[in-house]
Amino acid sequence: MTDAVVRVEDLRKMYKGGVEALRGVSFEIARGETFALLGPNGAGKSTTIEILEGYRDRTSGVVEVLGADPQHGGLDWKARLGIVLQSTGEAPAASVREQLAHFAGFYPNPRDVDEVIAAVGLTAKAKTSIRKLSGGQRRRVDVALGIVGRPELLFLDEPTTGFDPEARRSFWDLIRRLQDEGTTILLTTHYLDEAAELSSRAAIITDGEVAALGRIDELGGSEARVPIVRWRENGVAREERTENPGALVARLSANGEPERLEIIRPSLEDIYLSFVGSSRVEVAA
Amino acid sequence: MIASTLRNGASRVGYEVRNYFRQGDTVFFTFLFPLVMLLIFSVAFSSGTFGPPGAELTAAEFYLPGMLAAGLLLSGLQNMSIDIAMERGDGTLKRLGGTPLSPVSYFIGKLGQVLVTGLLQSAVLILVAATVFGVELPTDPGRWATFAWVFLLGVTTCAILGIGLSALPRSGRSATAVVIPIVLVLQFISGVYIAFAGLPEWLRNVASAFPLKWLAQGMRAVFLPAEFEAAEPSGSWDLPLIALACGLWLVVGLIVVRVTFRWIRKDA
Repeated sequence: MTDAVVRVEDLRKMYKGGVEALRGVSFEIARGETFALLGPNGAGKSTTIEILEGYRDRTSGVVEVLGADPQHGGLDWKARLGIVLQSTGEAPAASVREQLAHFAGFYPNPRDVDEVIAAVGLTAKAKTSIRKLSGGQRRRVDVALGIVGRPELLFLDEPTTGFDPEARRSFWDLIRRLQDEGTTILLTTHYLDEAAELSSRAAIITDGEVAALGRIDELGGSEARVPIVRWRENGVAREERTENPGALVARLSANGEPERLEIIRPSLEDIYLSFVGSSRVEVAA
Repeated sequence: MIASTLRNGASRVGYEVRNYFRQGDTVFFTFLFPLVMLLIFSVAFSSGTFGPPGAELTAAEFYLPGMLAAGLLLSGLQNMSIDIAMERGDGTLKRLGGTPLSPVSYFIGKLGQVLVTGLLQSAVLILVAATVFGVELPTDPGRWATFAWVFLLGVTTCAILGIGLSALPRSGRSATAVVIPIVLVLQFISGVYIAFAGLPEWLRNVASAFPLKWLAQGMRAVFLPAEFEAAEPSGSWDLPLIALACGLWLVVGLIVVRVTFRWIRKDA
């Protein structure tokens, strides 16, 4: 891929004390693409994203972000990034508008501050001290600070934590507008519906390794998408994976109505869980 | 590049000063503390006099220089070291480190905040001393020139040392526990609360290794009558030595900051 905005090759990270957080992670993100990094807590998502952002040094491997090595990314390089960190952290006494106007000044070609405030739905709170906002509102300030510099590449590390459903929907609309403008986005989230809704490709990381990588609708390969038929027989839960669920259901119904019959087409969440080792969906051989 | 560094630095100064005065605790423990101490000493020792016969001073007159020096230490070293350690702990520095803000602009903002608040603090101290306690202020322009350079060199040195010291606390929460004892001990051995000449010689020597002793001496040179110069342990205000000692600490501080300052503790 020649127009890769992010290139990660055999990335490894060993923390002091011998904990191996990343054990050879590789992926690429093309320009304009939204890429989701999925995985359980402690799998290495945040370590990966923080290496890409330049906050952490890698132990080995190749990392290229916007054509530069993040370990030596200068201020001009940082001006092209937008970063929404996982934790909100500080709550300054400054008002929403003051904080955004202040940060906008760091960038060569920032967005209009009031437009950004409106985009995250905080117009009514523009003059309120960030300290007095609720957790979800502070998170929206984080997002606003991440996009105010008009970034080419936006990192979103669990951006919608603490959002109510309505705020999440309007956040998704905001992300779609950024996508339309050509912004490349790296997203980590625990909401699989969010990843499915927003991203075109994803990687699932478990134990510091990429367990699956591909287009959202192809993730896990075709066998992970084989429909599942579930029913109960003599009080025992049964399930079978088949490409022809209709035929199976017809066969089951031949001897009367099967108990609690359902046909499931694995969602991203089901596929995800099959990779992170939950027992909810067993990958049939 | 330099233009944007300076422009962002100026923007940081405004931001820092505004937020400084929005924090009730810093305003009290850093900004007003020397004033509170001056009020307490002046009222508590209002019947006593200080100094050699014929040149006796009131408590307010005697303590004003020490409180001004303490103000430099608090506004510079205590304020910076706690402020930056907290900012490192609460993610402020991490956020700034992800923007194209230059660390130099950040330091300009911090130094500007210290200069503005330190100057206001000194002004309030001098004003209250003069109006409430009738302290007679020097009229000799030379003395005010001394005040100007002792203030500027002192507050800058203290601020830079504070930035260096901010690397020491392991977390924002432990910052006050690490910094306050250092600041308090320095004030007691450097002639802020206790007359310096009355301390044992070995303790005076220890204090002479740190900048506060020299700053207090410089402030005495500005505000105390000439008769007091003979009461100094060396028999002189030693202005050149003050400049030398503070200048050395400033250089040490700059090197420490250059070597140790990071937006975040990598791999913590």
